[in-house]
Amino acid sequence: MDVHLQARNLRKEFGQRLVFRNLSFSVEVGNVIVVAGRNGAGKSTLLKIVAGLLTPTEGEVRLFVNGRKVSLEREKHMIGFVAPYLQLYDEFTGIENMELGAKLRGKAFDRDRAEELLRYVGLESRFEDPVGTYSSGMKQRLKYAFAILYSPPVLVLDEPSSNLDQEGTEIVRGILLEQRSRGVALIATNEPGEKQLGDILIDLDHKNGS
Amino acid sequence: MLGVFWKDVRSELRTRYALNALIMFVVTTLSIILFSMAGETVGIDVLAGILWVVIFFSAMSGLSRTFVNEEERGTVMTLHLLTTPSAVFFGKLLVNLVLVLFLNVLIVVLYLLLINGFVVQSYDVFVLTLLLGSFGLASAATIIAAIVAKAHTKGTLYPVLSFPILLPLLMTVMNGTKLATAGASIAEAGGEFRILISYAVVVTSASYLLFDFVWKD
Repeated sequence: MDVHLQARNLRKEFGQRLVFRNLSFSVEVGNVIVVAGRNGAGKSTLLKIVAGLLTPTEGEVRLFVNGRKVSLEREKHMIGFVAPYLQLYDEFTGIENMELGAKLRGKAFDRDRAEELLRYVGLESRFEDPVGTYSSGMKQRLKYAFAILYSPPVLVLDEPSSNLDQEGTEIVRGILLEQRSRGVALIATNEPGEKQLGDILIDLDHKNGS
Repeated sequence: MLGVFWKDVRSELRTRYALNALIMFVVTTLSIILFSMAGETVGIDVLAGILWVVIFFSAMSGLSRTFVNEEERGTVMTLHLLTTPSAVFFGKLLVNLVLVLFLNVLIVVLYLLLINGFVVQSYDVFVLTLLLGSFGLASAATIIAAIVAKAHTKGTLYPVLSFPILLPLLMTVMNGTKLATAGASIAEAGGEFRILISYAVVVTSASYLLFDFVWKD
């Protein structure tokens, strides 16, 4: 799959507060961008813009898959997003949340694939339990399964190892490795270990790309 | 749209978060009305008005939950991630419509059984008024709930914002109900129905156009 993610002249303001401006980057399939910066630099803001959760004040994000421009508004399954502040539905079980994700995205639900992913992230014994009974680490693992259900060409991870133990961190590394084979990933982090997972660094403190 | 609708229905059936509170509200309100009217003869026009007071405040206590719930639980972002604004709008509208219809049927049945002096002579006019009024109520309540969900003072703001917007609807449905108790025909109540249909179409269209701005940051 040919994947090309492009951001051009992104600017984001919240009221009078400027978060960043003139931010551009381009990434092809197989690459991972790491977004770094101090607290409040705009890392999460940038990731939310890429994931379509926030609208930039100026600029645009464009995604091309196999030469076709993807409508991020309508083709929600093209983006996978994981963040500590993303909430799933506590009253539903793990597998029900996966099914919900499929139906809300307008896609058919492949239960076998969902169960396979839940086993992969280590939730094999708990996916029939309500998410409200999960620990924070288990919820984070479920979010990964939720995000990659449709093998999205773009995977956006905010603080990827948040709440995860060593085993969970290894799972994330495995997911990122697989993501390189089918698309691109963006990671926002301040952890030195996680910064090494990327090929391109965007340091919002200095707004450099390398 | 149906995905959003069934999510909310399943969630509500599992948690009974809003339903129990709404049913208790209806029962309590009607009980208080019943006790306060004990032995008194109240004019049928007043009774028609009181019916819609109960319906209005029941709606105010429950219909905002469709959006406020998502904000409070932090699942708004999840909906943003998974589906389009129009799917959210119509899904939530359908949820509110079903909820309003359920509540209104409950209120009307209890009202007819418990309140002496409230006698409907034209059931066709009454049912049509109730149905069209419910649709208009759900439609206005949905967009207001979406606006209010992002505010800090959600509780007080919802009825305060809703009242001026719903006033034309409330006046019309009260007139329609009075006509139903007076035995008017569908043709005689035609003016009210045209207003209710126009209200529903205008509010739903305007809400759909505005929802994008409300929903997105």
